Amino acid sequence: MVSVPDAAPVRRNRLTAWFRRSEAAQGYALMSPTLVVLVVGIAVPLLILIAMSMWTRDGFGFDMTPTFANYERAATEPIFGTLLTRSFFVSGLATFFTVLLCYPMAYYVAFHVHRNKMLWIVLMTLPFWTSYLLRVFAWRVILGYEGVINSAFLTAGWIEAPLEFLLYSQTAVIITLAHAWAAFAILPLYVSLEKIDKSLLEAATDLGDGPFTRFMRITLPLSMPGVISACFLIFIPTTGDYITPALLGGPDGVMIGNLIQLQFGPVNNWPMGSALSIVLMAWIAALALVFLFLTRKAKDQLA
Amino acid sequence: MTDDAFISIRNVGKSYGSFRAIEEISLDIAHGEFFSLLGASGCGKTTLLRMLAGFESVSSGEIYIDGQPMSDVPPFQRPVNMVFQNYAIFPHLNVAQNIGYGLRKLKLPRADQDRMIDEMLELVQLTGYGKRRAHELSGGQRQRIALARALILKPKVLLLDEPLGALDKQLREQMQMELRRLQRAIGITFVFVTHDQEEALTLSDRIAVMSGGEVLQVDSPSGLYEAPKTRDVASFIGNMNFLDAQVTGRVNGHAYLDVQGIGKMDIPVKGTTLTEGDKVSVAIRPEKLILHDTAPAGDAIAGEIELTTYLGERSHYHVRVPGCDVPMAISSQNSHMHDPDEAKTGRPVWLTWPNDALIVLER
Repeated sequence: MVSVPDAAPVRRNRLTAWFRRSEAAQGYALMSPTLVVLVVGIAVPLLILIAMSMWTRDGFGFDMTPTFANYERAATEPIFGTLLTRSFFVSGLATFFTVLLCYPMAYYVAFHVHRNKMLWIVLMTLPFWTSYLLRVFAWRVILGYEGVINSAFLTAGWIEAPLEFLLYSQTAVIITLAHAWAAFAILPLYVSLEKIDKSLLEAATDLGDGPFTRFMRITLPLSMPGVISACFLIFIPTTGDYITPALLGGPDGVMIGNLIQLQFGPVNNWPMGSALSIVLMAWIAALALVFLFLTRKAKDQLA
Repeated sequence: MTDDAFISIRNVGKSYGSFRAIEEISLDIAHGEFFSLLGASGCGKTTLLRMLAGFESVSSGEIYIDGQPMSDVPPFQRPVNMVFQNYAIFPHLNVAQNIGYGLRKLKLPRADQDRMIDEMLELVQLTGYGKRRAHELSGGQRQRIALARALILKPKVLLLDEPLGALDKQLREQMQMELRRLQRAIGITFVFVTHDQEEALTLSDRIAVMSGGEVLQVDSPSGLYEAPKTRDVASFIGNMNFLDAQVTGRVNGHAYLDVQGIGKMDIPVKGTTLTEGDKVSVAIRPEKLILHDTAPAGDAIAGEIELTTYLGERSHYHVRVPGCDVPMAISSQNSHMHDPDEAKTGRPVWLTWPNDALIVLER
């Protein structure tokens, strides 16, 4: 009986000693809060989504017998395919233009600004401190039938009637997305450009490269990680975006996100919505891998 | 411009706003010469090198390379190549691609390019390393790649910006040998920037000592060491004992001096403008002083040992001389077995010197 009170401290000491020695255990302990949030906030809902995508709507409830009927519908009914392709097309173009427009800005700050670089970056991202919704509405004012652009062009006499393709079209969605997500492109591009050792550029010049050749052979390949992450950061969320197409897209601009939102809202077919979400996710993952593969190839070619 | 000047730097100055980094420098460098720019950091040596490369513009004056003025030639068209301080190896390319980087411009057939790259790999003793990535290599290997990458374009001048600074001592000495071997083998002009005086002495045909944006003296290594023209040069290259002195008289080729701690001296001087009453410094190298245990015949300074540092092959002594502010430094070869008693503080010693070892410098 005497040994019982002693046993507990000994065991606790042994546990503490093991914890002190094991780096893995310490790592997991440090990670645990994040891990809990990730599991509860991402893994569990994802599993629920996967499970639900195999159910069937039954009035206001669900028939929980597993079936792939929703996926079959997604594959066969043309509306889903059309909207999916359009989503990729629209957000692909938006991504392309965003990166194209942001690259020079990030380049300028990284190479030609020597003081207060952070201030420049903050100023560039300043418009993005306002709400996303507000910016989308602002574009409505700019692109509208009697909006800033049309009335300016009319007054200047460059056009006779307001340009109709500006609002409620894919163009409107692409322009707005390209602007709304610019901050997400500038930051990774800036970081990757800023990291480039300036003496590498001098070395390339010394070895006979003019400014353009040098850019193609050194600056662009070395900033590729930034370009890739900027593309992912914009392409992935914009593909599923539904606010911009809902407010500016018109009938032509509807994207897959709007359809998913419909399934969870007015249509009230959650299992179908889940299936579409999973399909979207799978496609994005596949496209991302292809993109990654292609940029790798291109990088080797440039060298 | 003299006839044998391959690089001619004429009244070249550089200012950043009101700050003058380089003051009106004129220098001639001969073809095939190993020329060093030596000075402490901030003396303008790197700026001058970067002006030769074309990375910095020339504020005034002109640089000629092989007779051609360089002001309007952009860096990617100059007949020079550079080895950078941090080597600037392209991280996304392998060794062969790095070395062959500048060949693309020449539009040679693939086979010729590969052959030239292989030759370069052999020259810098990296045969078989062509497919390696830059980050897999050691500092010395990166150094060789940087050299090969610059030399493959057969530049008229190779510029080297402290290329050995990042290497450890042993590797640095090895690379110094390598550089001299390469320079002799290919016979092109090297302009080498360093803050390490020993390195400059080891490698160079001639050295320009720089300070505060000016060239203090241009001379061969032995010229700089044995006959420095100013006190700054004398103290920058090697160690030197300085004794304050005053000129008491001049006779043809001789100056009579009153030297602190020694008294009256008669020193042979050549072609200086010393006149009676001038305050000067008498300088002597530590290894030129001879240490005696007993009073020798003739001129000698008496003193006592203050500090001894035993360095194996040599010993350094500090000898306190009555009347001198700082102790005299003496370096002597340990040609006989070391006796710890000799190192005792306070032991009386006498110093003598060869007559031609004294240098008179203006103060």
